[in-house]
Amino acid sequence: MPLAVYPGCSLTGSSREYMESVEQILKTFEIPYTFVEDWNCCGATAAHNLNRKVAEALPARIIALAEKQGADEILVPCAACYNRLKSSQKKMDEDKVLKGQLSEMVGMPLDNGIKILNVLEVIEQSIVPKLNEKIQAPLNFKAACYYGCLLVRPGNVLNFDREEDPQSMDRIVEILGATPVKWSFKTECCGAGFTVSRTDIVSRLSGDILIDAVEHGAQALIVACPMCHANLDMRRKDIEKATGRKFDIPVIYLTQAIGMALGIDHQKLGLNRHFVPVSI
Amino acid sequence: MSESLNRQPSLSEKVAEITGISVNKCYQCGKCSAGCPVANDMDYSPSLIMRMLQTDDPQEEEKILRSYSIWLCLSCEMCYCRCPMSIDIPSIMDALRQKAYSEKKVNPKAKKIIAFHESFLDSIKWTGRLYEIGLVATYKLKTLDLLKDVELAPKMYLKGKLNILPEKMHGLKNVSGLFKKSK
Repeated sequence: MPLAVYPGCSLTGSSREYMESVEQILKTFEIPYTFVEDWNCCGATAAHNLNRKVAEALPARIIALAEKQGADEILVPCAACYNRLKSSQKKMDEDKVLKGQLSEMVGMPLDNGIKILNVLEVIEQSIVPKLNEKIQAPLNFKAACYYGCLLVRPGNVLNFDREEDPQSMDRIVEILGATPVKWSFKTECCGAGFTVSRTDIVSRLSGDILIDAVEHGAQALIVACPMCHANLDMRRKDIEKATGRKFDIPVIYLTQAIGMALGIDHQKLGLNRHFVPVSI
Repeated sequence: MSESLNRQPSLSEKVAEITGISVNKCYQCGKCSAGCPVANDMDYSPSLIMRMLQTDDPQEEEKILRSYSIWLCLSCEMCYCRCPMSIDIPSIMDALRQKAYSEKKVNPKAKKIIAFHESFLDSIKWTGRLYEIGLVATYKLKTLDLLKDVELAPKMYLKGKLNILPEKMHGLKNVSGLFKKSK
């Protein structure tokens, strides 16, 4: 069965370059995929903050839709959506009564057996084995791989990589020709959903991340989360005001970095959409 | 005897009922507070919230529900990751937030944070997905913070990052219905 892809709201809106680059590399490696039809928002932080039932039901509907399409695996490139889907799946796994209630709420059968994959898992599984031979323009820079929170934590829900010193993105970036730097802020929080309501906190936390990356010699940050990207890229002016420092370091999605190394046109990867120019 | 049977469950018992987590496992090592990126902005640090919950003292419970801390928690999961007793503090924070919210005990300083969450959920209710312009417009109306980020939207538009109209979905009724069914 082709891979189901759940884009989520950011990837069709303010972070569409992430989706553009995901599609570019899926096509290059001839990985068949279909979008989850009639998908809804995962509920993000807002739902689990204010309404527990809705927070479980929104991801349950997405899981049910993907299963209805006959998919065995679903790729969720947004780290926040990935986290919400995995969390709901685990809750339903552990609580059959809840699973029954949610199935009734969304009006669809729920097997809940679908495998939920983040972008790194799909890259490691289906792209890495064929990556070396396709590289046209090796990346010749030092990169700080920034995983953020939701891609790796909580470990007992995601079962993916180390919670504080993950390695998967570093390994991929190394294949692309870049040198991953050792740094301390790989999984520190960027401030996430406070970008509008507490911009001051986001500026401080994201500023700390940029400072640590730059001080460890990084020339680019590599990310796999649209919220991290938005805070580190679109909030750059606020960060500079809060820290009193200037930062030129670009923030690049991992899928864009792969596309760059494959020699794909930068516009097709959406690199022109960033606030901080990618001239590296 | 009858008095103990009839007494109201404490906040920690209610939290345990919702989340299945016992706060009594906490032995106050303080790792959660040390690793929390916003502990310094909080009125009570995460480990202090745990201690206050353990007391089962109604006055302490009232302070927790009316605290700013529970709304400042970013759910970054660092505390849970470092807790030697594997206490899922972010889930406890979710339970506390929802209790404070439903009992209308929210800290006045959290008004903007909550306005953002509400605007976000309104967008899902109305369009099934996040409609970013709608989210910001609703947020501004709720907070009257009208000049917030005015320079950001035109730049986002020029970079092709903004949808002017919300995306349409067929199952909107189904998604909006989830909010009604959750009550």
